[in-house]
Amino acid sequence: MPDREKLIEIKDLQISFGSGRKKFVAVDHVNFDIYKGETFSLVGESGSGKTTIGRAITRINPVSAGEIRFKGQVISGKISKELDLEVIKKCQMIFQDPMASLNERAKVDYIVSEGLINHHLYKDEADRKAKVEAALREVGLLPEFASRFPHEFSGGQRQRIGIARALIMQPEFVVADEPISALDVSIRAQVLNLLNQLQKTRGLTYLFIAHDLSVVRFISDRIAVIHKGRIVELAEAEELFLHPFHPYTKALLSAVPIPDPEIEKKKKLLVYDPSIHDYSVNKPIWEEILPGHFVYGNEKELEGYRKEI
Amino acid sequence: MAKEPILSAKDVEIQFSLRGRKLTAIRKCSLDLYKGETLAIVGESGSGKSVFTKSFLGMLDANGKIIGGSIMYDGIDLSKYTTEKEWMTIRGKKISMVMQDPMTSLNPLKKIGKQIQESIEINQGIKGPQAKKMALDMLTKVGIPDPERRYNQYPHEFSGGMRQRVVIAIAVACHPDILICDEPTTALDVTIQAQILNLVRSLQEELKMTVVYITHDLGVVANVADRVAVMYAGQIVESGLVNEIFYDAWHPYTWALLSSLPQLGVKGEPLPTIEGTPPNLFNTIKGDAFAPRNKQALAIDFEEEPPFFKVSDTHIAKTWYLDPRAPKIEQPKSIRQLRSKMEGRR
Repeated sequence: MPDREKLIEIKDLQISFGSGRKKFVAVDHVNFDIYKGETFSLVGESGSGKTTIGRAITRINPVSAGEIRFKGQVISGKISKELDLEVIKKCQMIFQDPMASLNERAKVDYIVSEGLINHHLYKDEADRKAKVEAALREVGLLPEFASRFPHEFSGGQRQRIGIARALIMQPEFVVADEPISALDVSIRAQVLNLLNQLQKTRGLTYLFIAHDLSVVRFISDRIAVIHKGRIVELAEAEELFLHPFHPYTKALLSAVPIPDPEIEKKKKLLVYDPSIHDYSVNKPIWEEILPGHFVYGNEKELEGYRKEI
Repeated sequence: MAKEPILSAKDVEIQFSLRGRKLTAIRKCSLDLYKGETLAIVGESGSGKSVFTKSFLGMLDANGKIIGGSIMYDGIDLSKYTTEKEWMTIRGKKISMVMQDPMTSLNPLKKIGKQIQESIEINQGIKGPQAKKMALDMLTKVGIPDPERRYNQYPHEFSGGMRQRVVIAIAVACHPDILICDEPTTALDVTIQAQILNLVRSLQEELKMTVVYITHDLGVVANVADRVAVMYAGQIVESGLVNEIFYDAWHPYTWALLSSLPQLGVKGEPLPTIEGTPPNLFNTIKGDAFAPRNKQALAIDFEEEPPFFKVSDTHIAKTWYLDPRAPKIEQPKSIRQLRSKMEGRR
């Protein structure tokens, strides 16, 4: 789909922490685009750098090499104040743990409108109140909740507050960092439905960060699998589930618990052993093995993957 | 079932007093555990699944009390136990528990090895070098490489999965009869989760333990369980063999749980959800606790609490749907299709 508008472009992204001898490269050689209106998912185990990428796009983590573009404009590194404000408004984040991500000593009213207050994005007090009310309604909460504290809410309701806080800035792009991992099964479905519905009504684009592939399949258009700071495979959601190539993707897929006892008891667990890759001579490349399906590997491995098609 | 239960809880009632008010967390709940089996208890948060199992080893919070029923284990009624001294004969020795979050269940100031050794020393009365040797054995058993070095490390030097292995080592160090795993993998990655489940399974075979899983992940249930008990609002509403629950469930709450699985979703369509919230347990519940959230509730659901109806010898459900007088109600389509749908997905 070359004609689709790219909202986010990431080129050769590298993110490192510390410097000198203590330098740690968390994310390296990451390339992907996110099209407008799609849900792009980043899947990997903890410590693989998926959250770091999400945070880099929202300008929380600095980028050490490569660039991130938002609507064609570079937003990584030093940028003008106006652009910075633009990015803050247009790129919002929803956090994993609704218990930890809300200020316990502030009322919902303040939590939701903090972005507005920081950037003076409201005309007067009445306008701010109206905006908070609209945002709360949009996520399925009652406007009178504004005067309460976070501890008075259940996990699902808190996550809704977190979503309202992101929505009030009128974003175009939302990074959802494991928004349902900390929630109960019955509430998960509700929050997923809400995110889906908001995408439809507002035309939002999501970067969905998760470690649970079963959920990701239901909501994403495309999925990228990340391992140790490197994207090893990227494809359309169904395609990735039907034809995984990279051994890590296969291992990850095999580990997903299927809620069906017959299948689950028969299944074989694949374990990924990174030492099977011999990249000493033959350098690996990022190759489009099928249209829209990318995989990371060297010539020899790619040959093997091609045979599997 | 001809087998004798190893633990038998009958009509257990547990009450918490909160700011002068009484909250009945467990409302006449009965459960039998058989030797060597794996039982999974599922339900949403607040359904009482943790509280119920915690009462087996006297780990209720100070404001909670067993006010009725009995928990028979090895000829003793555990619900009559009151002092720590009495509980210490059970807890860790006969019945052990693995908690959800390995980050918080270990002491950050103590070496890993010492924490395992401590459990052995206190519960088995073995001291010194011999206890240390047993602790090292335990580390090997739970698949921690290089136990000699790991023995002297602190919890922060371990990854989440490794920490959970240590917690399991502590729990099984004294070869308990029953191991209760309270959401053992919720805080872990899927790949690590699969490893931990396999570890528990192999330890279970080796030590002939009965394992109780408390979880809300039906994928985990499908993987590990022989039997499943579904809990709602402080009661078990349905229990049966794992296949009976997944393919032939009868309680509307079990239906709701199964059909809200994201895996069953159709892209572009909203997922089915369970509307409403669980009942407030401060109040007395009349009729079927799930009725207010059940669109197909019968009139009697609001009036009278349903008894258990037998679906098969191993499968019981607490719903009026199974009463011969009830109008004919079909299992929802999505449940009947669960199997074929999942197979298509593989």
